[in-house]
Amino acid sequence: MRRPAELLRFTRGERWVHRTTAILMGICLVTAAFLYIDLLSQLVGRRAIVEWIHVIAGICLPVPALIGIASKAFRADAQILNRFTRADWKWLRARYRKDGTLPIGKFNAGQKLNANFQIGAILIMLGTGLVMRFANHWPISYRTGATFVHDWMAYAILAVVVGHMWMATHDPHALRGMRTGYVPTSWAEREHNAWVAREVARTASNPAEQRPTKTG
Amino acid sequence: MDHPDADQPNELRSDGLSPDGVASDGLASNDPGRPVGRRIVLGMLGLGALGVVFGKRLQSAESRALTPIETRDPTGLTALVPAGDRFRYYTITDSEPQRSAADYQLSIGGLVERPMTLTIADLEKLPQTSLIKDFQCVTGWRVPGVHWSGVALPDLLDHVGVQKGASALTITSFDGAYTESLTLDQARRRDVLVATQMLGGPVSRHHGGPVRLYVAPMYGYKSCKWLGGIQLVSAVVPGYWEQNGYDVDAWVGKSNGRDDAPTS
Repeated sequence: MRRPAELLRFTRGERWVHRTTAILMGICLVTAAFLYIDLLSQLVGRRAIVEWIHVIAGICLPVPALIGIASKAFRADAQILNRFTRADWKWLRARYRKDGTLPIGKFNAGQKLNANFQIGAILIMLGTGLVMRFANHWPISYRTGATFVHDWMAYAILAVVVGHMWMATHDPHALRGMRTGYVPTSWAEREHNAWVAREVARTASNPAEQRPTKTG
Repeated sequence: MDHPDADQPNELRSDGLSPDGVASDGLASNDPGRPVGRRIVLGMLGLGALGVVFGKRLQSAESRALTPIETRDPTGLTALVPAGDRFRYYTITDSEPQRSAADYQLSIGGLVERPMTLTIADLEKLPQTSLIKDFQCVTGWRVPGVHWSGVALPDLLDHVGVQKGASALTITSFDGAYTESLTLDQARRRDVLVATQMLGGPVSRHHGGPVRLYVAPMYGYKSCKWLGGIQLVSAVVPGYWEQNGYDVDAWVGKSNGRDDAPTS
């Protein structure tokens, strides 16, 4: 079976969802730092407008993914990210993950954890953020509780986002996959062996899906 | 949807996958898996909701544990930990107001016998009052046992002489935007200070220095930072936050829908 040099990993729609979500998350984290860290607050001032940007970006954060539901590829990937196989649990416990003994689908268990954590985190931040923003509609103790959750969750998100970016920057092929949509098949065989097997079979039976030879 | 194991390349089966796609160790390549992702999301939402309901108690416990460390932390790193009793910095203007102690002037006017402008040296010549009291913000944080000193507002009012007909004070910040209000009765309390000292030193710029107001029994927004002027007026003019929905009579524990312990 002939193998293409590259495989389509993310469609244009999926990359748009990822990019807009990343930008909005970045805006939330940066404005949060300006609101939360005294030194930066003093440097920037303009508290009302920084707060406004933070709230707007936060409310918009789930929107790209909701729009993404219209994309078939996005829905298919969401389905994969949702389901943890026995191989995923083994992967999480495994010491050597890339020696080919574990079947790894389009996403490994770590990527699944990251995606699901971010969904939960974005929804928690949205809920607690709305309690804080529209504080008058809630008992005082809920306001304090929402602030407590929002603050600690922000640190958890920061840690996971930094970890995600660290992993991405240490894997240029993965990074290019999210930027252009395509990954080298050789890379995918190392990282996502079970996915490659499926994709190669599928694209071989349907040559129209293969990447054009020359792209910008 | 085609089943992946139908044409799985051989090398993926080299580790003991039997022809039916099930590995000897139970790893099925067509294992549909369980919806763990959904459980993670729902579990997080559940924990988040519990955190909202019980967070206040957790935060109090955390603050009790952290405050002794925070007040002695020379690095300031504990300020990055959520909760903990520490000052949070707020300003309503684009940049931080700046005035040196040498340039500082407090103007007092309106319905007074002797309108005047006071320098820090002038303020220091007046009777000095010291207090150790908590600072409670309406957003929830509280700094216990803050040391304040300066001129008690009633002493200052006696110094300038209040005219008949004055019943309130309009307080302005030299940031050019912030205003506050007090009734004359409130301003005559001994626990309301024009503070020149705070936390054992001159009031720092970040804390509203060189001179700020400290209204001990009320929420922090009454304690105008970067104090610039005091006008005696005939009726209360609501201040900046009060025009934005906060209570004019901002007694700690008895206003703004809050139940904090009184500070004074």
